Order: sequence, then structure tokens, then C-alpha cells
Amino acid sequence: MRIVIASGKGGTGKTTVATGLARSCEGDVQLLDCDVEEPDCHLFLKPNIEGSEAVGIPIPTVDGEKCTGHGECGKICQYNAIVSLGGAPVVFPELCHGCGGCALVCPEEAITEVPRQVGVVEYGHSGHIEFIQGRLRVGEAMSPPVMRAVKKYVREGATTIIDAPPGTSCPVVEAVKHTDFAVLVTEPTPFGLNDLTLAVEMLRKLRIPLGVVINRAGIGDDGVEAYCRSEGISILLRIPYDRRIAVAYSRGETLEVAIPEYREKLAGLATAIAAKVSS
Amino acid sequence: MNELVVVSGKGGTGKTTLVAAFAALAEKTVLADCDVDAADLHLLLEPRIRRREPFKSGHTAFIRQADCTQCGVCDTHCRVDAIRIDRDPDGNPTFSVDSISCEGCGVCVHFCPEGAIDFPESTCGEWFVSETRQGPMVHARLGIAEENSGKLVTLVRNEAKRIVHDRHFELLIADGPPGIGCPVIASITGASLVLLVTEPTLSGLHDLERGFELADQLGVPTAVCVNQHDINPSMTETIDRECEQRSIPVVGHIRHSRDVVHAMVAKQSVVEYTESPVAEEIRKVWHQVNAMLQAGAETRA
Amino acid sequence: MKVAVTSTGKTLDSPVDPRFGRAKNFIVFDTETGAHEVLDNRSGVDAAHGAGPQAAQEISRSGAKCVITGRCGPKAERALQAAGIEVIPGATGTVAEMLEKFRRGELSSSAESSDPNGS
Repeated sequence: MRIVIASGKGGTGKTTVATGLARSCEGDVQLLDCDVEEPDCHLFLKPNIEGSEAVGIPIPTVDGEKCTGHGECGKICQYNAIVSLGGAPVVFPELCHGCGGCALVCPEEAITEVPRQVGVVEYGHSGHIEFIQGRLRVGEAMSPPVMRAVKKYVREGATTIIDAPPGTSCPVVEAVKHTDFAVLVTEPTPFGLNDLTLAVEMLRKLRIPLGVVINRAGIGDDGVEAYCRSEGISILLRIPYDRRIAVAYSRGETLEVAIPEYREKLAGLATAIAAKVSS
Repeated sequence: MNELVVVSGKGGTGKTTLVAAFAALAEKTVLADCDVDAADLHLLLEPRIRRREPFKSGHTAFIRQADCTQCGVCDTHCRVDAIRIDRDPDGNPTFSVDSISCEGCGVCVHFCPEGAIDFPESTCGEWFVSETRQGPMVHARLGIAEENSGKLVTLVRNEAKRIVHDRHFELLIADGPPGIGCPVIASITGASLVLLVTEPTLSGLHDLERGFELADQLGVPTAVCVNQHDINPSMTETIDRECEQRSIPVVGHIRHSRDVVHAMVAKQSVVEYTESPVAEEIRKVWHQVNAMLQAGAETRA
Repeated sequence: MKVAVTSTGKTLDSPVDPRFGRAKNFIVFDTETGAHEVLDNRSGVDAAHGAGPQAAQEISRSGAKCVITGRCGPKAERALQAAGIEVIPGATGTVAEMLEKFRRGELSSSAESSDPNGS
């Protein structure tokens, strides 16, 4: 069962729910941190990192001896990552998406592809949880390849919890694709509601079943509750606003360590999701 | 012209809350909401939309079924698994492009032996020019699952700059996107000052360091503001020390206060909503930031 | 010799566009004949990525051997260098003023004065 924890905006408590849920699930559990721009789950789970692997995308190198300056490479490239200026083309690795078009199209076979590192995947354990995280290199713009590399670690049969980046853009879709259920974490405020509706729209477009967790319940207004009622979205859990939680978070403690009664509530959340997925 | 961009490593640190307050305190300012993935500034400023434009960027492949011979060349070349193959009960395949996965590289279009793949420009969202009670605002909405917000961020910034110029204003305040990727790079490159908003949490500290690295790489002057500093005073001290070591000014500490959410519910900025201590702290941050902007402008001149 | 100047407008008295990759227009001036042509840089302005390399490609096609602009990003600079095109950054004023200074030999290319953070 693959559960993705997502949210329309950042700072709603996605990581709190993801790590708390992983800790409260028994048996074979994996946690995949796909928020590769800001991977934070490790701060709470403090895993033993046992190994890592570089993530690269293939970029072209041009053999100047073979190149005859046709310029076909520059024409096919949609990203201006290879441009032909009369002589041998110039490659801009940071713009390359690694589609391979230039190498395929070159009539002289002057282009070969070599990997360029854009990030890293680290793996290890935190107690009974198998932990995997991706980390995008600072200044890199291409997170989907790193997320795809993290998601290769998904094992059939395990309970896999995926922490997605916030928002509804392309990288978020990469994280939520091929999951069985999405938990949307939100706050009961006008910002929270606005971003929740966008996230719901995205998940419906992708046909992924979803439920909502309201974090800091009681701080704002009842707009989120009313929206969920009218849209027929189930509210899986309400985590009341509690200064103890904010303080625990700031120290890097997981929810169920800070407030033990949450262990049961989070375990209940896992059971409720499992029931929804199997029905 | 001065351009202030307010960013944070992670979301939810109070970026938009500060931008809305600055907008109320500053004079002759144009606002740009560059957080196009989760644009929230409009909720506080209630813009009246004056101009609305589609945002087009990149291309998406589209297979014309009438001309497709199901040869599978497109699927062989596609590296993002965007070619969907559906089979009818007899096992006959239909090829189509999953427009959400397609990155618009055009390789399938080029190599389709039948020329059966179209490559139209894709509409990825909309952008708007609006009037608000705090002045003009440029904002945008990116479609679901669309990529490329870096280009849209650039467009929003440029349009806002044009308005600053046309109206002879002197300041542009931008609400930046969270993270360190393409949209952030697009929003802070060439800015006069970047204000990093953080919280005194382990994640806040961790993300702040990544933010410093990026601002440093791009050569943009940076200042830091610690929001909800009283959640964890010792972490606040750690952040202050870290900033001191890097010679990055800390322009203020803002306390945790429920007034922030109450103002949001009332669709107002904190400084409009209340005179309480939290509003006073935000005012102080603004005066510091404004002084840095003025000093920077003098140095440049 | 042909010289390209980044321009906000389509005439010689237009202000110089300080950007290279996303400049509105390029005015390509032939110093031997005194003729000029205007290249609309829409493809650069509209480029999702790599406006600099895209624009460098346009300049290379126009046959210009020198570019006068405000600032030029690192990618554009690399592309122009590879194409053997000289870059003169730091331009201000109008296109005609810059061309006049160029004719009198008052402009010089200086790689170090271009902005390393330009886009």
C-alpha cells in the first residue's frame, strides 16, 4: 500500500504527519522523502544512513572530430541546452533534460551521452522503518529525476509512506503518481483552504483517492470543514493546535514521542486508510 | 528601482503575512506574487483583476489516431514514460500521450515515421494585473501539474517592474516561492535584497543554510527574519549566531501570536488588523529592511 | 563588419536593452555599408529556458561579429565566445550613441566587467 502525504502549501505539517504515521505503523514500513528540495524527515527520524547513490541525467558530449556542423542537434533541442553556432555545438548541461534527442538525430553519430549528477539518494533505517530520501543539489532545477530514483525503492507488500513536496506543480505530480491514497494535510485558515482546493483538484485529475488531515485545528475558521463536507471528502484526523506540538517540532521530535496519545490516533489513521484502499 | 524578494526555504513560515504587512507600510509599491504554485497573497489583498492573460510555455506531444500505425517508435524513444498504450479486448493497441508526464522534448514528434504527432504550444496557466488597496499587483495561477513556473515567475517579475517604471514608483515587493529550485532562482536573480523568513526549528535552520548557499551563488544581498522566535528561544539563538558568522544581518524577531491567523481570517494584514506587539515587531522589521534597501540604492548610485 | 546592439525598440534612436538573452530586439548594423536590420528576439523573450544560448544562435546567424549590450549572462557569453563573437557589455543610452562610440573606438570588450549573475 502506497500512501502519499501531500499539501497544497508548505508548513502545514506534512512532515509531522508522515513521520508520525511511519512511527505508528507496525510491520514492514518504508518512508520515502520525495521533498527533494527540502528533505526534512531525517531530522525527525534520525535514520542510520547505510548507503547512497548518485542520481544523474544523461547529457550530450560532442566529438569535434566527427561533427560536421549540421546543426540538427540545436534544432531538435526544445530546451536550448545544445546550440549550433556554425562550428561544433555548445552544450549547456544545466538546461538539459536528458531526453536524448540530439544524440539520436545527429547524422554523424558525433554525440554520446554521459551522466551528470543532479542529486543523491540516501538509504538506511530508523528503528523498524526503512528510510529513503532524495536530495537535489543546490542550484539544480530538475527534481523529477531525483524523485524517480527515490521511488525505485518502493517495495510491493510494504506499507510505503511518501512525503511529497508541497504545491501542485510538476514535481508534486511525480511524487503522487502511482500511489494508492493521498493524505492532504491542511490548516483551518483561508490560506489553508485555498491551497487545499488546488491540491484536491490535482488529485482528482490524477484519479487518486484522498482524505484530509486538519492540523492546528481550532486556530482559524471553519472554511476547511465546510469545504470537505460539501465535497464529500472525509476528514481522517484533526490535530488540535497545541503549543507542545510546535515546540516538539522545533526540536526535531516526532508527534507521537512528544504527545504519546497520538501514537494510537496515528495508528488509527493508518488503519482507516488501509480500509479505504481495500474497499 | 529597488526590488525586495521575500523567500523561505520551506513553506508556511509567514512569508505572505510579511509581504502583506510590508505592502501596507510601504508607499508607492508594486506587488508581485511569485509563489505561483501556492499563491495566497490575493486572499489578503482582494485584488480587482484589470488584465488577464493566458500563460503559454513549452509544447506537448499529441498523437493523431487517424495517422498512427501503432509502430511504437515513440514509446521506444520516450524517456519519461509519457506514451500510454491501451489495448482493446482483441489486444490491438492505441497509442496516446499522457500530457501530465510529457516534458515536451519533441523527440517522438521528430522520429514518428508517419508524422502523426502534433506538437502544439501548451497553455500552462494564467497571469493577472490587478489593483488592490495597497497598489497594483501582478499575480498568476499555474495550471495543475504544470511545470515551468520559472518562466512564469520571470514574467510576473518583469510585468511588475514595468508597472513600477510606468508609474514612477520606486519599489517592487515580491512574495517568492519556497524551496531552492528553478522558481526560486528565477525570483531572486538580480534582486536588490532577499529577505529569508525562517522559524526557529531544526527544519528552519536546515533550510536556511540551503537558502544562504543559493543567495550566495547568485550574489544577492540577504537578510534574515526569525518568525515565531519564542517557540524555541535556544534555536533562535543558534540561527542568530549562524547569521552572525556569515555576516548576514538579522532584521528582526517576530513573536508567535494568534493575531496573525485572526488577521488572515479577517482578510487583512497584521498591521492593518491590530496594534498589538506582533504588529509592532513587523513594523520594526519593515523599517530595517527599508533602511537596507535605501542604503543599497545609494551604494549603487 | 556587422555589429549587433540589444535594443528596446526597432529604430536606431531606441534605448539600449540592458538584457541580452531576453532583449526585445537586436539591431544589426553593417559598419561598411551603413545599413541596418532589426531582428525581433521574440524566440529569446519567450524561451522557457536558455534564452541566452537561443539569442546567441540568432546573432550568429545574422553574421554579426560583435554584440553591444548591458550585461550578458554566463551561458550566453560561452555561446557567443564559441561562435567567435566579441561581447561589449555595460552599454547605456541609445543604439545610435553606442554605434557612434563603437565607430570612434571608444568601446572595448572586457570579459571581467560583465555580470557573472546575469541571466
